[in-house]
Amino acid sequence: MLLEIKNLHASIEGKEILRGINLSINEGEIHAIMGPNGSGKSTLSAVLTGNPAYEVTDGEVWFRGKNLLSMSPEERSREGLFLSFQYPVEIPGVSMVNFMRSAVNEHRKYRQESALSASDFLKLMREKRSIVELDSKLANRSVNEGFSGGEKKKNEIFQMAMLDPKLSILDETDSGLDIDALRIVAQGVNKLRTPQNSTIVITHYQRLLDYIVPDQVHILYKGRIVKTAGRELAINLEERGYDWIKQEVEE
Amino acid sequence: MMQAEEAYINLYKQHAKSVSKSCSDLLNSKRQAAFEKFQTLGFPKNTHEEYRHCDLRKVLSIDYGLNINRVRIPINPHDVFSCDVPNLSTKLFFVVNDQFYKNDKPIGLPEGVLCGSLNDLTETHVRLLEQYYNKLSEKSPDGMVSFNTTFAQDGFVLYVPAGVVLEKPIQLIQVLHGTVDMMANRRLLIIVEEGAKAQFLVCDHTLSSKHFFSNQVTEIFVGKNASLEYYDLEMDQPNITRVSNTLVSQAASSHLLINGVTLQNGLSRNNINLCFEGEGASANLSGIALGNGNQLIDNHIFVDHAVPGCTSQELYKYVLDDSAKGVFGGRILVQKGAQKTSAYQSNKNLCFTKDAKMFAKPQLEIYADDVKCSHGSATGQIDEKALFYMRSRGISESEARLLLKFAFTADVLDNIRLEPLKDRMRMLVEKRFRGELAKCAGCSAANCK
Ligand SMILES: Nc1ncnc2c1ncn2[C@@H]1O[C@H](COP(=O)(O)OP(=O)(O)OP(=O)(O)O)[C@@H](O)[C@H]1O
Ligand SMILES: [Mg+2]
Repeated sequence: MLLEIKNLHASIEGKEILRGINLSINEGEIHAIMGPNGSGKSTLSAVLTGNPAYEVTDGEVWFRGKNLLSMSPEERSREGLFLSFQYPVEIPGVSMVNFMRSAVNEHRKYRQESALSASDFLKLMREKRSIVELDSKLANRSVNEGFSGGEKKKNEIFQMAMLDPKLSILDETDSGLDIDALRIVAQGVNKLRTPQNSTIVITHYQRLLDYIVPDQVHILYKGRIVKTAGRELAINLEERGYDWIKQEVEE
Repeated sequence: MMQAEEAYINLYKQHAKSVSKSCSDLLNSKRQAAFEKFQTLGFPKNTHEEYRHCDLRKVLSIDYGLNINRVRIPINPHDVFSCDVPNLSTKLFFVVNDQFYKNDKPIGLPEGVLCGSLNDLTETHVRLLEQYYNKLSEKSPDGMVSFNTTFAQDGFVLYVPAGVVLEKPIQLIQVLHGTVDMMANRRLLIIVEEGAKAQFLVCDHTLSSKHFFSNQVTEIFVGKNASLEYYDLEMDQPNITRVSNTLVSQAASSHLLINGVTLQNGLSRNNINLCFEGEGASANLSGIALGNGNQLIDNHIFVDHAVPGCTSQELYKYVLDDSAKGVFGGRILVQKGAQKTSAYQSNKNLCFTKDAKMFAKPQLEIYADDVKCSHGSATGQIDEKALFYMRSRGISESEARLLLKFAFTADVLDNIRLEPLKDRMRMLVEKRFRGELAKCAGCSAANCK
């Protein structure tokens, strides 16, 4: 098993947001997580990636057989966890090139590989950039600074391609993308798929799931997974909204 | 009067003859008036608003020696500073403590350019230099300046006559060296006449573990339509006190760039007093102060818009670690009638620990109505969101912090117009943040590989 979440509870500023999450993901699987605004989807991604703003109050998480919660954010990344942020962060003054070079080389060091030469690194950048058709000019700018909403999302998938993760969490990567960009990004994600790596797709819309077809769809509501089914659940939701689920839960 | 002053006053009274003995008439002619002024002013005290956060009492209680009898410091700086900033071919000069280090090599500068010892050149070119020497200093209300004029015996002159463009930057390396605690009264005089152009880089270094007090006065005259770039790099040791007064007069349509970087220091107080004397001039003043340990970095910038139509731009950034203290005092005066003035000032600071302290005091005094002025000062901590974002990509926390610190200083370094120097400075700042600078103590910005 690639990821196993058991009874995960987490809070921020004393407020409990995740209230007992259980989820298992095998290698090669795609899981969609849907749910109303504020249900805790981004919180779950933040907790999995080790954002220090959140406090885990109970439960455990195993990633590739290791205790994920005991690792620093950077170790989690080097172990193969990746988050495409719902709101990517702008870092003025840090160039994309330097940022990615540091990241790639830290990953390589972790695998006891030597740092990439400047020319090999630039070659890698070029190759991966083409997967999401990211404008070469963006690579010379500061990280996300002044990028449009869609460019930021593309940039997340570009970084994912550079780091070749085992488990990627795409937190609303589709929001802000135009129709063509959505297709390009989704195809990019599919190109990066292997039988070993897995993806968690957090989304509000069925459209993305037409491209990235999930094995399972989970509904997160008030900090718990309240329903799990096949991809038809997403289609169902698109037609009926969340009310029926909320009713089921309240009963 | 405090004891510290008394000791120096007595010293001067007893040794006035020795101070003057080997010096030019011009230098000597200014001493008495300055001495009297110093006796009134004394050293700056932290009861003065301007020096509120810069207490010199402790460092002035050290018993420094003054090299009044001009004993030659046995060091050949060429041996220590052998090579150059790569690709930045400069003319290289040295001041050891407060003595110009005589260079026998032909200098090869354009006709009419003077570059060398203050004492020698005020002897040989008295007619010319008496128009400039001490002209700005005598108006300064800072006791350190009158102290300097009282004791100054040598220093450095750069004079670029009207219309001459220096193709290569001039680099001055100032070294502190000695086997006892010493005070150096450094004096620089920089004159760029009408339509002339020059780039000047001065680097301060220490080659000693003794206590030093460097009291520097730099007078800068930028003539009509002239242009000067002045780069000032301090790379000293914790046992060094540096008080630097840079006094500037800018004529009409002149351009001045001052970029000061405090990479490593002990206690530094840098005053820049700039006055626009002619219309249409511009000044771009920027600096980075990197403090750690118990260092103090205090930059006080005063820009006097005395005439209409001038532009001043200031950008000062501090990065403070451990229990370092940063002070920024930025005063802009727009005088009555100085219409069409543009004056912008920005001060941004990063404090990395609870003990690191920043004191900022921007002051705008505007007595004209048709002006564009702005100022802003902000002190913050590191951007936690950016830090997490970087760590989530596998970058270690320490490396991420380093990249963020470095990014913070980037726009100040972008002001440097000499490309090779800019690259060099980027590298030095990064090394400083990595804590690797100490390893090349004793070598210069110019030559550490
Ligand atoms: N710093 C914070 N302080 C207090 N509450 C917070 C903080 N951050 C998030 N929350 C709350 O936690 C809850 C879950 O937020 P989260 O971002 O995980 O929701 P989400 O499911 O991702 O929603 P969306 O679909 O809108 O992205 C929300 O009620 C939110 O207001
Ligand atoms: Mg969210």
